[in-house]
Amino acid sequence: MFGLDLNLTWFVLVGVLLTGYAILDGFDLGVGAIHLFVKEDFDRRIMLNSIGPVWDGNEVWLVTGGGALFAAFPDVYASTLSGMYIAIMLVLFMIIFRAVAIEFRSKEESTLWRKSWDYAFSVSSILIALIFGIAIGNIINGLPVGPDKEIHISFFELLNPYSILVGITTVALFMMHGSIYAVMKTDGNLQNTIRSWVNNTIIFFVITYVTTTMATLIYIPRMIEPFKEHPVFFLVAILNMLAVANIPREMHLRNEFRAFLSSSASVALLMALFAIGLFPNLVPSTILNEYSLTIYKHASSQQTLNIMFIMALFGMPFVIAYTSSVYWVYRGKVQKDKLIY
Amino acid sequence: MDVEFLSRLQFAFTISFHYIYPPLSIGIGIILVIMEGMYLKTGNKLYESMTKFWVKIFALTFALGVATGIVMEFEFGTNWATYSRFVGDVFGSALAAEGIFAFFLESGFLAILVFGWDRVSPKMHFISTILVAFGAHLSALWIIIANSWQQTPAGFKIVGEGLAARAEINDFWAMVFNPSSIDRFTHSIGGAWIAGSFLVISVSAYYLLKNKHIEFAIQSMKIGFIVALVASLLQLATGHSSAAGVAKNQPAKLAAFEGHYETQPADLYLFGWVDDSSQKVYGVKLPGMLSWLVYFDSKKPVIGLNEFAVENRPPVNFVFQTYHLMVALGMAFIAMSILGIYLLYKNKTYNKLWIKVSIVSVILPQIANQLGWFSAEVGRQPWIVYNYLKTKDALSKTVGSSEVLFSLILFTLIYLLLFVLFLFLLDRKIKHGPETYSSDMKLNLSPIKTSN
Repeated sequence: MFGLDLNLTWFVLVGVLLTGYAILDGFDLGVGAIHLFVKEDFDRRIMLNSIGPVWDGNEVWLVTGGGALFAAFPDVYASTLSGMYIAIMLVLFMIIFRAVAIEFRSKEESTLWRKSWDYAFSVSSILIALIFGIAIGNIINGLPVGPDKEIHISFFELLNPYSILVGITTVALFMMHGSIYAVMKTDGNLQNTIRSWVNNTIIFFVITYVTTTMATLIYIPRMIEPFKEHPVFFLVAILNMLAVANIPREMHLRNEFRAFLSSSASVALLMALFAIGLFPNLVPSTILNEYSLTIYKHASSQQTLNIMFIMALFGMPFVIAYTSSVYWVYRGKVQKDKLIY
Repeated sequence: MDVEFLSRLQFAFTISFHYIYPPLSIGIGIILVIMEGMYLKTGNKLYESMTKFWVKIFALTFALGVATGIVMEFEFGTNWATYSRFVGDVFGSALAAEGIFAFFLESGFLAILVFGWDRVSPKMHFISTILVAFGAHLSALWIIIANSWQQTPAGFKIVGEGLAARAEINDFWAMVFNPSSIDRFTHSIGGAWIAGSFLVISVSAYYLLKNKHIEFAIQSMKIGFIVALVASLLQLATGHSSAAGVAKNQPAKLAAFEGHYETQPADLYLFGWVDDSSQKVYGVKLPGMLSWLVYFDSKKPVIGLNEFAVENRPPVNFVFQTYHLMVALGMAFIAMSILGIYLLYKNKTYNKLWIKVSIVSVILPQIANQLGWFSAEVGRQPWIVYNYLKTKDALSKTVGSSEVLFSLILFTLIYLLLFVLFLFLLDRKIKHGPETYSSDMKLNLSPIKTSN
């Protein structure tokens, strides 16, 4: 259709869906990650209610991103999910466990009950971010893709230092993103407390991010090649730094919403950097470059990509309309007299 | 234990558990549309109270459907990688359509349906209810299209050979309207409506037993029984049409349903037991009835299991039992709905035995839905994609039995927790009951201003 490179289009679209997931579930995972730092029971309820009407819907971006990956690049979907079996299972268990924690937590008055579920909610939020980060780290690093397209790697081999570093960076990013969101949704003392944390989360993120970038430059020069070939991509890196730098500025000016837009932009730009470095691979092979899973060799047929593109063309405007209208309806601070969690 | 057995067990366990919730959401969804529609039409606060109460139950079933549904999607890749490679090109577009068209619609408006009562106008809220219910049906449509393609593949060609072979789409609409899509969709939706309506009936009966919320309970029960009657009568038609389709497209499955071995005019068993070794069925039968149901001619031969190599037959007695029990339950739903409506009409619902039967009946559609899927999916064996790919060849090549055992054990534990949560919250919401209402109060339809 229109002489488009459909493989590239779907590379971008899967990226857009997963970026949507990272931005949206990113902040609610981040709220979970800082949850235990909030001490009072009532404040913890405010935290949960700040993500109350939206966290479930945010996960839909993961489901649809996964579905799109399955549809557009079945081999990549099959190889990565089966190759990282235990890691994927742990993420699934944590997603369910977290949902249980959110639903259960405020249903009983007992302190022990609530504290246990608070831990469950927070730990599962952190672990989900960590494992997704580790998965991304391993993909950047490359995986042992064989000639049969299969990935033979044990769970413990996935836990290499570089990938763990990317995992921690992801946690830091979501903590920053989530705490800004929490500032936006709260008021009074709780807001002041969380506001005072935002700078720390930014520092934490910047440190991990700089370390990851240096490690990538030194150990994975392949990720840098596209930037050498097309220097225009450096703009993405620069924009990303500007977006991060803009966060403390907006926070200082008390423009929480703009700060949130900035941190959303930095999530998106980080995903863009990841995609640029990876292209045209989806999973680089550490065994032989030819075995890498690429968007051209391991995609569905042009016919399928075309059908799905038409669907996306019709569907995505609606998706964006629904998502924005829900966030519009639930704009503003958490209403303290109407706690649902 | 080998990896095939464990993977099948895990898939069966996770899909069966998942399949408790979406049918309830679909069924309650349609009932919510009726209740809220009545409220907007009559302005009677009773209907508002009914809608608000059932929205809470709906939200609960929906949340569990999402949590267990995410697992299903990723399990294709984790445990059935070879299958995913084979079907990705075909199955993928249906799954993507489900995500893009249905999931966002449902989850987006769900937030308004559940939490938006004082944030949007009553009309906008009603529109959200309709859209969520519509989205739930739409998502069932796409996933059942994908599943039906496994049963009756169409609109594709095979590319590549041997283990590298995969299906590639060449006619999208032929894939969407593959021979079993519509029958299986309508039949599953009917089952979902029955599941939802019997939950409404059961909770209402519980209130009658406790002598609480009487007006609320009677009115809910009326709607429940009417939906149940419509749906269970619909099941007669869609069930018949499904079976006729199976006779045509998956003859080994139909033959197994009735324990029919030789190609000859076939009988219909009311119940029985199949002895696979002697190829005999012991039970009560209607001679020639299966031939008559399929071809409207009791003398016409129906293809028997002996036309298929032993390794290409599904486990006969198992699907015979699941199929017959499902049909029997289907008949029971019709009888119960008629009786229920009759008793309501005659004002004789306050019979303690009947009330108790109504409370317990909630479990029956759940059993029927599970049995229906057992019949459909086990009846498809040994194929995962009928006539093209066998289940044993569809596994992930890099996943070992110890890994699957690990995940299976964890799934068992966490789903047990999830099920306890479900019952705990359901029980709480039911005990809490509907908000108080006064039936002579009229609704003021002017929109309530959104506060910030």
